[in-house]
Amino acid sequence: MTDASQPAAQIAPRRTPGPIARTMRRLPLTAKIGAAILLMWLITVVTVQLWPLADPLQMVGRRLQPPSMDHWLGTDALGRDVFSRTLHGAVWSIPIAIVVVACAVAIGSFLGAISGFFGGWWDTIIMRLVDVTVAFPPILLAMAVAAMLGPGLANASIAMVIVWWPIYARLMRAQVLEVREREHVEAAVAGGAPPLRVLRVHVLPLCWTPTLINATMDFGQVVLLAASLSFIGLGATPPSPEWGSMISEGATRFYNWWIAFGPGMAILTVVLATSFLGDGLRDLFDRRSQ
Amino acid sequence: MLAYILRRLITIPFLLLGVASVSFLLSQMTKGDPLAALVPERMMSNPEVVAAVKAEWGLDQPLPVRYVVYLGKLVQGDLGTSFTTRRPVATDIAERLPATLELVVAAMIIGTVMGLALGLLSARFRGSVIDSVARIFALIGSSLPIFWSGLILLYLLSVRISLVPGTGRLPPRVDPPPHTTGFYTVDALIAGDVGLFVQALTHLALPAFVLGWAVTGVITRLVRSSLIEGLSMDYARTARAKGAAERRVLVGHALPNAMIPLLTILGFTFAYLITGAVLTEAIFAWPGIGSYAVRAAASLDYPAIGGVTIVGSIAFLLANLLTDIAYAWANPRIKVH
Repeated sequence: MTDASQPAAQIAPRRTPGPIARTMRRLPLTAKIGAAILLMWLITVVTVQLWPLADPLQMVGRRLQPPSMDHWLGTDALGRDVFSRTLHGAVWSIPIAIVVVACAVAIGSFLGAISGFFGGWWDTIIMRLVDVTVAFPPILLAMAVAAMLGPGLANASIAMVIVWWPIYARLMRAQVLEVREREHVEAAVAGGAPPLRVLRVHVLPLCWTPTLINATMDFGQVVLLAASLSFIGLGATPPSPEWGSMISEGATRFYNWWIAFGPGMAILTVVLATSFLGDGLRDLFDRRSQ
Repeated sequence: MLAYILRRLITIPFLLLGVASVSFLLSQMTKGDPLAALVPERMMSNPEVVAAVKAEWGLDQPLPVRYVVYLGKLVQGDLGTSFTTRRPVATDIAERLPATLELVVAAMIIGTVMGLALGLLSARFRGSVIDSVARIFALIGSSLPIFWSGLILLYLLSVRISLVPGTGRLPPRVDPPPHTTGFYTVDALIAGDVGLFVQALTHLALPAFVLGWAVTGVITRLVRSSLIEGLSMDYARTARAKGAAERRVLVGHALPNAMIPLLTILGFTFAYLITGAVLTEAIFAWPGIGSYAVRAAASLDYPAIGGVTIVGSIAFLLANLLTDIAYAWANPRIKVH
């Protein structure tokens, strides 16, 4: 087998780019910049432990020092290096946002697909549930759930999934309703395919584009809400270097502006990057928005 | 039209019931003792008081009965007693609501004006540097963590250059104007106290700007795309053919048509504003229901959080209802189903 593939590779040295590479090439410049920033943050999340940074949890200098060559973003009230804490903060904020968006997409899409495909009572129950959930202002619902479950990142994440799933239920339902009426689905049903198989094989694969674009856009918003919950004391607890709780520390030490500066810039770059990338993807794929 | 509004109105009580039910279930899921929320600590040792409160709130009853009792209290406007302030939550909220409304209304005005201005600029000069700068300014506003931008701007503008006063609604030891609307700016004008009006306005300016900037992004993007769409329509071509200048086509013809989509997102913007108000109030020590909710959440004051959640949801539902009605009124072609 290895021998056979070897010459084949030589005959066709120019590989056709995969779908991701092709998409990337067609994106506008701003979206490429957004993707690059997000990629840099992802690399940071994976490799930050290996970087020659000060320990984010230990006192490494004098307290409340303004930015200097030794401490690029200064030190906080406990003499910890703010630059190091900001980069380590990504390890908290970014994986949590990924998990929250993934769970919201999974739950919302599942319920939305059932609602749209089967209709009837399923549709009524699920959509009324959606209506009630979106009747709450998002941050108040998240605060109420997080407070009831008790502070902590896991509970804050559950609260955020509860806030976000209805968006994906509505998106998926709308897509399924549209695709369900197409001829190939009719053909599959006429051919005697069981309903779940029709949904899985003939409908769902055509329904993901709006969901994925929306998930990209929402990623930054989830980072923002997670930081907000931590800021008001319902998310990460000290001493973990989470961006929201770092800004919260900075807010109590008003004159030492540098404590909050790094984490705020970190959030801003992530949110801006996802907006750029999400906008670019939407312009490419979502014909209805044009 | 009337049928449409009625049909929308009918859904409101059901949604409110849903909201109340979720709030009730959340309050039942708490690990804390509900009695602690209802009985002052020094009364806890008094078995008569405890028994009386238990009977009053139906705490000795099974869950469905408690639910009915809860709904009954809610209908009468009784939201329970706050852990921290030891006062009825409804009283606390009523006292603090005007501060939040003043902030949100001011932010809405700033956000809409900035959004319209930036949208007009970027549509007029689309593709140019002005377009890019306007869009990036708007986008940054909606990407900033508001509790951070508030902090940084407060530091820069208040501490460093003293352009605006510090936190709160008025300087320390200044008495608020006599209560009419609860909006300090308006009340000061009614009382004829210009000095007080200026103080209230300068205190309002920065938090309202920070909050308004956060909604500018959505509005700018929408205004820009509606205007650009309008400029390619037949009516714009006709206006140009009749010799109208490009600016006149934009402001006189495209802009009025861009107002309808703008109406549709005001409800959506309101969600942003509530979220932002909670965080803005926390930074600016603004004595509204947002900072009340933050303090309640931090001290796990469940009745207070529940109360703010319900009041916030009612406001949110009303805003969405008004948006829908305004939309149906502005655009009679809307399909009514």
